[in-house]
Amino acid sequence: MTSPVIRTDRLGKHYRLGEIQRRQDTLRDALSRGARRLVGRRRQKEAAGLWALRDVSLAVEQGEVLGLIGGNGAGKSTLLKILSRITEPTEGEAWVQGRVGSLLEVGTGFHSELTGRENVYLSGAILGMRRAEIDRKFDEIAAFAGVEAHLDTPVKRYSSGQYLRLAFAVAAHLEPEILFVDEVLAVGDAAFQRKCLGKMGDVARQGRTVLFVSHNLVAVEGLCDRVVWLRDGRIAEEGSPGPVIARYLAEAFAPVALQVWDDPATAPGNDRVRLRRAAVRPEGGLPGDPIDVRTPFVFEVEYWNFQPGTRLSVALQLYEEGGVLLFNAGPLQGSPWYDRPFPAGLFRDVCRVPGDLLNNGIHRAELLIVEDQTRAIYRHPELLVFEVRDSVELRGGWFGTWTGVTRPILAWETEQVGVGAERPLEPVEARP
Amino acid sequence: MAIVDSPAPEAVTWIRPSRGWGLPDLGELWRYRELIYFLIWRDVKVRYKQTALGAAWAVIQPLATMGVFSVFFGNLAGVPSDGVEYPLFALAALVPWTFFSQGLIQSSNSLVGSQNLVSKVYFPRLAIPLAAVLAGLVDFLVAFALLLGALAFYRVVPDGRVVWLPLFLLLALVTSLGVGLWLSAWSVRYRDVRYLVPFLAQLWLLATPVAYPASLLSEPWRTVYGINPMAGVVEGFRWALLGTGTGPGPLVLVSAGVALVLLVSGLAVFRRQERTFADLI
Repeated sequence: MTSPVIRTDRLGKHYRLGEIQRRQDTLRDALSRGARRLVGRRRQKEAAGLWALRDVSLAVEQGEVLGLIGGNGAGKSTLLKILSRITEPTEGEAWVQGRVGSLLEVGTGFHSELTGRENVYLSGAILGMRRAEIDRKFDEIAAFAGVEAHLDTPVKRYSSGQYLRLAFAVAAHLEPEILFVDEVLAVGDAAFQRKCLGKMGDVARQGRTVLFVSHNLVAVEGLCDRVVWLRDGRIAEEGSPGPVIARYLAEAFAPVALQVWDDPATAPGNDRVRLRRAAVRPEGGLPGDPIDVRTPFVFEVEYWNFQPGTRLSVALQLYEEGGVLLFNAGPLQGSPWYDRPFPAGLFRDVCRVPGDLLNNGIHRAELLIVEDQTRAIYRHPELLVFEVRDSVELRGGWFGTWTGVTRPILAWETEQVGVGAERPLEPVEARP
Repeated sequence: MAIVDSPAPEAVTWIRPSRGWGLPDLGELWRYRELIYFLIWRDVKVRYKQTALGAAWAVIQPLATMGVFSVFFGNLAGVPSDGVEYPLFALAALVPWTFFSQGLIQSSNSLVGSQNLVSKVYFPRLAIPLAAVLAGLVDFLVAFALLLGALAFYRVVPDGRVVWLPLFLLLALVTSLGVGLWLSAWSVRYRDVRYLVPFLAQLWLLATPVAYPASLLSEPWRTVYGINPMAGVVEGFRWALLGTGTGPGPLVLVSAGVALVLLVSGLAVFRRQERTFADLI
């Protein structure tokens, strides 16, 4: 039985209210606050505060890869900061065995005026490396970063890519017994993310311990042995990644797969049109059934038309998590009611979306009801909110964020057209 | 049976809230001596990067001040200089004074200037102001060479008392670090420190016998003057190099005592504030 390399006992971190916002405190503020305190009653100490972390007791075994998940401000980063001794806990204790390294510190201690070589030494020393150790690994670090030719150039002349690579190379060669990774996936481009995750995988395979904080739940699920879910500074749940992540997701995001309004008097709309029903469901399923990147799914909208003779049409605008408009779709020429006057009554539009089109993530659908194909007479934002889940099988071993707003499956052909390092056999001739 | 080669047990870090007053862990600081070395080296390297005159600035500052002091205090005001040529009299004080005031200014601002380090990685925070003061030693050596040149120019040859010089330098260092610790610790919470420091350095210069000799005061006031540790340093430098001023005696003892109090209290204040640096900076 291995013993835990990290153990925390009822760890807590309390911030006085304002301690976070009032960062640039001035003496004048302090004096006036002091004066007010003398005149008025003393503030209650406990009431005006916030526990960023409370009662966190956990044990991490040697070689374990532990994921920390939770919403913003749930205390994930605070926990890492306490364990890496950047900040002190307010209560509780923790024991950490072995050298701690962190990919949160990429570029820490770099000075723009110093050369690449000088920065490797400086940053290495700040991260806790001995000088002899840096001497030994120097060539490897420079090669890993691919900046051998610019080692004696000040890093302020580096491109941001070179800078990041060199910074990461130093952090990656720290060889800590315990590695903390905090949201590195948010930094840098896809290639850099791949490098970070690759390094994390290496560290984990070498039997070292990793604490991984991320909002990228696919990466967490793919890489971690165990997951701790923090909510409002407390451990909400811990256990194997799949189930914990599923329950976290279920709580973190409120899907709207179905909306029904039975009374035309109160339904959203105006005196010309009102909505009756809106739903999103997988093809052949019910609203609320899971949709993943492969699933074809269906939008349904029902609405009353109160003004006979209007040439109505609907437009569906689908937005991804970041607010990017993915498409604007509606019935076009050829659909039975296109450009025809609508009598008064209840209408239904159904829109089928093929699988292998959207990327994974939260999607929001906005509905527009349009007159004469041009004038919007009613608009309903966030009519439906649903998640397109990821499909782990189709990722080709890559656990990072799958970039792009869509994720089509395209036709690819790969063939060998040459042997060894020779030139290609015959260039394919263009048709005249 | 295989012999299990058990690796040395890794040191366990015990993390807990610190309470009350105490002094920083100096043993830990010693383990981080390489980092302190690299921080000093960085400060020295960066200080005169992209300047036209480079390290000449370490000479220009005391030299220009000496010139101004000689014209206005020495010639026009006729301030006495204990029987030494006034420029030499002023320079012997300005060289340690510049070391002190630069150390004070640099260390006071050092923590705020290292925000990204303090909020991202752990190491003994004390290393930052300490390195800032120690980096000033390089400038001091350059300026000291100038002082030696001035001694040669005025054909003054120091006698055996010169061996005391390192002790007076140490006194300046301790004073600079002590005050620097107080101010850097407070600068994390109150950015007022940035405005206070140049002003403080200016007032302190006037309160120190740089432009004038301490011999203007008679006992017991001269001993009381030692409450300003820089009075002890400046007088000591003149005594060791020029043979004038006040040698090791009551004034210097008072100065040393005050400097020590400043250092120990500075360490304690720093330790107490340290726990919230990352949260407030």
